[in-house]
Amino acid sequence: MALDPATVRRIAKLARIRVTDEEVTRLQTELSGILGWIEQLNEVDVSGVAPLAGVSHQRLPMREDVVNDGGKADAILANAPARVDHFFTVPKVVE
Amino acid sequence: MTLCDLSLAEARDGLRRRDFTSTDITTDCLDAIAALNPKLNAFVTVTAERALEQAAQADRRLAAGETAPLLGVPLAIKDLFCTEGVRTTAGSRILGPFVPPYESTVTANLLRDGAVFLGKTNMDEFAMGSSNMTSAYGPVVNPWTRHGDNAQLVPGGSSGGSSAAVAARLAPGATATDTGGSIRQPASFCGIAGIKPTYGRCSRWGIVAFASSLDQAGPMGRTVRDCAIMLASMAGHDPKDSTSADIPVPDFEAACGRGVKGLRIGVPREYRSDGMSPEIEAMWQHGLAWLREQGATLVDVSLPHTKYALATYYIVAPAEASSNLARYDGVRFGLRQDGSDLQELYENTRAAGFGAEVRRRVLIGTYVLSAGYYDAYYLRAQKLRALILRDFTEAFEKVDALVTPTAPTAAFAMGEKMDDPVTMYLNDVFTVPANMAGIPGLSVPAGLDSAGLPLGLQVLGKPFDEETVFAVGAAIERAAAFATLPSLRAGVAL
Repeated sequence: MALDPATVRRIAKLARIRVTDEEVTRLQTELSGILGWIEQLNEVDVSGVAPLAGVSHQRLPMREDVVNDGGKADAILANAPARVDHFFTVPKVVE
Repeated sequence: MTLCDLSLAEARDGLRRRDFTSTDITTDCLDAIAALNPKLNAFVTVTAERALEQAAQADRRLAAGETAPLLGVPLAIKDLFCTEGVRTTAGSRILGPFVPPYESTVTANLLRDGAVFLGKTNMDEFAMGSSNMTSAYGPVVNPWTRHGDNAQLVPGGSSGGSSAAVAARLAPGATATDTGGSIRQPASFCGIAGIKPTYGRCSRWGIVAFASSLDQAGPMGRTVRDCAIMLASMAGHDPKDSTSADIPVPDFEAACGRGVKGLRIGVPREYRSDGMSPEIEAMWQHGLAWLREQGATLVDVSLPHTKYALATYYIVAPAEASSNLARYDGVRFGLRQDGSDLQELYENTRAAGFGAEVRRRVLIGTYVLSAGYYDAYYLRAQKLRALILRDFTEAFEKVDALVTPTAPTAAFAMGEKMDDPVTMYLNDVFTVPANMAGIPGLSVPAGLDSAGLPLGLQVLGKPFDEETVFAVGAAIERAAAFATLPSLRAGVAL
């Protein structure tokens, strides 16, 4: 399946990755190539097969509903590219 | 002969006998890294000072008669494991400035057992690659070269820094991770051993996530036994990872000596189909003959959905990656590229921070999960995954383990297979099915091709039966008597 430029731009928007016009052209070819190769899966009859999301052999364990971690604001903010006191900062989002 | 030449088991035993100190062997490893890393680029970060402090502490404990399993043994750590206070990049620009305030469970387990960390090894960005060419910190050079040819070869990937470091004897062992073959393929390319254990054997907590239902940590070493020793320390239940198995960790090292007498070894016929090179085919036949000579029975088995595993993987892994990598937004940690509004900040940050292969996979993952395409791609892939698992489950009703080649080729030169992404993906054709099914897989060096490059055999086992995998791998290793060394290695004049 060949992707058109509008679809590439739409995916990039959903993925929050800026793409230039030049990149759109290259990605069209690359992504179409990968998706075309993946089409081979259509030849398999999967009717009646239950989807498998993972292979964990563990049942999800329960734990006490109590706070067991926290009070680490300094450690959490230590890697922030921009901060004010104990807050992450971003460009203004509300006028 | 330097202490770098010792296997991990020999280093451990020598330290316990007090033949040498941890400071001695750590210093030899650090000297070898200083001499060879400029050529190999196997380490992104070398923590020499910290390593010598840990070694000195280990020496005090050894002098006091302590015997923790890895006390004083120096190791290299893939830069995907978060290490407290030591920069962890995952091979990406976007994590360039990231210094974790916590330690991953696997590395914490190794420290608990007395290991010394030499530094963080290079890797394909976010573990996405089979050549180590996608690292933001430059490619890793394979310490092996072809006869009569100086072309620089790739070490495989994504754990290429770990495999090159162990092969070149910069460390007796290294941690690695495997989402589609990232331990086994580089082990094969560099002539060393490596195991991806059963999904759930090692905690994923504190390992930078790629595809959470496939990712699994494991060790690389120069011998099967070294991998067994390391895995015993790395593995174990962790309440912080709900998929980590709450079952005891067996004595993997003892399992290496079990032998294969009476075992039934499956030979999956579908692994032969894709125009396999005669050299790989011959190595495979040798390996099977060795096992038969040691008392195993060979059984022809069928894994009919093998040919679909790779395409299935390239839906499942990018889908999970696109979700996992959503966290890199330039707000809480890592790189930030400013923009006029929040949306632009995200887009600029991710465009600048992710390399081409990571961007491609995030976009593919976003597409296969997007409205209108989810059923056709992601849901269908999950059904294929169920069929792939069923193939293995049925095969393991008849056999104890499966033996196949690890990779379709020996190490290739830098720049080869770069023309289109799918050609590179084909490297993982024999390794991906084990990740889809969550079963353990080990690669062991089994021979050389006509150019003098190592080739590995893969042993696949039942879930949580790494012991049989180690037994079969050690039997192949004994018969192969693989003793050739790479041209670039510690102690050899450059």
